[in-house]
Amino acid sequence: MKQNNIILNGIAASSGIAIGKVFILEEDDFLVVKKEIKSSQIKQELNRLKDAMAKTKTELEENQKELNKVLGENYAKIADAHLLILNDPLIKSEVEKIINTGINAEYALHTVVENLSKTFDLMDNDYFRERKHDLLDVAKKVMRNLFGKQRKTLMDLEENSVVIAKTLTPADTVTMKEAMIKGFVTEIGGKTSHTAFVAQSLEIPAVVGLKGIIHQVKQGMPIIVDGNLGLVILDPSKETIENYKREYEIQISNKKELEKFKDLPAVSLDGREVVLGANIENPEEVRSALRHGANAIGLYRSEFMYMSRKTMPTEEEHYQNYSSVAKKMMPYEVIIRTVDLGGDKIARLGLMDIGREANPFMGLRAIRFCLKYPEIFKIQLKGILRAAVHGKIKIMYPMISRISEIKEANKILEQAKEELRREGKKFKEDIEVGVMIEVPSAAIITDLIAKEVDFLSIGTNDLIQYTMAVDRVNSDVAHLYSPMHPAILRLLKNIIDSAHLAGTDVGMCGEMAGDPAYTIVLLGLGLDEFSMSAAQIPKVKKIIRSVSKSDAKDLVEQLLRCSSMQEIDITMKKFKYKQNLF
Amino acid sequence: MKEKNVKIVNKLGLHARPASLIVQTAMGFSSNIYIIKDEIKADAKSIMGILMLAAACGTELKIQTEGPDEEQALEKMAEVFNNGFGEEI
Repeated sequence: MKQNNIILNGIAASSGIAIGKVFILEEDDFLVVKKEIKSSQIKQELNRLKDAMAKTKTELEENQKELNKVLGENYAKIADAHLLILNDPLIKSEVEKIINTGINAEYALHTVVENLSKTFDLMDNDYFRERKHDLLDVAKKVMRNLFGKQRKTLMDLEENSVVIAKTLTPADTVTMKEAMIKGFVTEIGGKTSHTAFVAQSLEIPAVVGLKGIIHQVKQGMPIIVDGNLGLVILDPSKETIENYKREYEIQISNKKELEKFKDLPAVSLDGREVVLGANIENPEEVRSALRHGANAIGLYRSEFMYMSRKTMPTEEEHYQNYSSVAKKMMPYEVIIRTVDLGGDKIARLGLMDIGREANPFMGLRAIRFCLKYPEIFKIQLKGILRAAVHGKIKIMYPMISRISEIKEANKILEQAKEELRREGKKFKEDIEVGVMIEVPSAAIITDLIAKEVDFLSIGTNDLIQYTMAVDRVNSDVAHLYSPMHPAILRLLKNIIDSAHLAGTDVGMCGEMAGDPAYTIVLLGLGLDEFSMSAAQIPKVKKIIRSVSKSDAKDLVEQLLRCSSMQEIDITMKKFKYKQNLF
Repeated sequence: MKEKNVKIVNKLGLHARPASLIVQTAMGFSSNIYIIKDEIKADAKSIMGILMLAAACGTELKIQTEGPDEEQALEKMAEVFNNGFGEEI
């Protein structure tokens, strides 16, 4: 039989991989028709509504007990909300009002729910918008009881089933766990829907928001759910299945490995210890950073503070946000990168009216923007200075390309301190200040910059892009982007050596730092701190613990003598082979 | 009629759980209780009404109570808000 291997893209709602067979959970399709009711029958119609609601109430209460038993009280609160929706006086009185005009109960309910859900659709907050589905869930249950229909249950499930449904309630999800379901896919839903939360807590892989999937699958069809990437593969080929089986096993063993490395230090065989930190963009990620064994936040991207809002964040908001991260990370340090937005982005966010730029990557962004608008910059600096009282916070300026920018930024920092002093607010006087090395001009004069700052952090994404004149997003030239190009290796060596000569520590927070393929080279170059997305930490730590710094240094010396990428590639392979590293 | 201004202090705002808590608290009083945000007036005994306010952290709201137990109702409701609904602030 020929496989189609159809790949569909949805929203990753709960991570993990499920390989199994399709089980379609039928949606009860109610055909709601408007019917005129004689005035003598209105009372009867109102009673029909009352009965259906009472029946639904009993169902929901049973549901709640079940949820409580399986998931604990917190999740049972979800059923609480459903019960309150059912008893909501607003809904009930609106529906009754319509019935009283001589319309059947089904249509009356349908009309009220439609109107309410339209209001939800208009909300600009994802969370509240998705609450519409709670309302629809409850309405569906009442509707079913009005019609006197029963939904097909999950009883006919076979082992290895992957459930496909239009939508699932949290209670359905619990039933699925008990039925040993492998995973599920729904047409409706988002990352913050209740069903997604329950799936995450039960560790059931899930993809949601895949409109029309029900019409593309057949009962019993082989299917793979990739809850990590939000993919669904229908009728997968043998190779795809094999690949996913391998990935599934890797995930299981990675999980165990992660546990093993969490509390071990990142130290090489010959005793060189480095700091492994996490890059984050909002306070919620601290937990994941610590869980993966991060010993620092090497890069806090403060841009998040400026997103999805209509006004600039206040000093108080900066303060609250940064101090919560600093407190949770104690005794480890947190490097906050001052806002790295481009003028175009700020204009698009509607925060300020700045004209479009022809070449934003080389335009008014990051420190350049901050120096042009010192008042905006100062608000953030004041927030950081105050938050630093609660933990080990350091400030980092992005996109520095000349010494004068550091001096100017520091002048504004001093003004911020002066203002705080006048306002009588507590702040950290001797806060450490560092810069990102991500513009080639800064990389070349690292020796001069190092004398002006307390620390340096290499931003490889931009540094490589600017040095090689390659836009990684442009598929025609993306292959030219190479972190191991002789020019990049020399540049990195220059940065790290010059910094060390000046007695300054160097970190790296670009993607290169979190890619295990480059760990040995960076260790050999003498990098002091690696900062990456949290999930990479155990992988990088494992490599650091398996080599010696002096061997890595020898390798780097060999690499620096190579004249082509091919030669570099062969040298790397030989080294790994000799060291038994794969 | 009694009124009091309150502010949403919990991080996640008025989501389903706090909304449930508000409704359950309001149900305990015979007074009419309203939560007012700008122009919108929601019945505190209606979870849909509360959710429709879409009040995020930092939002300022007004509580209005009217009836035989309006004083106690106002006090209790304000307390629920000021405690951040027992959630992380």
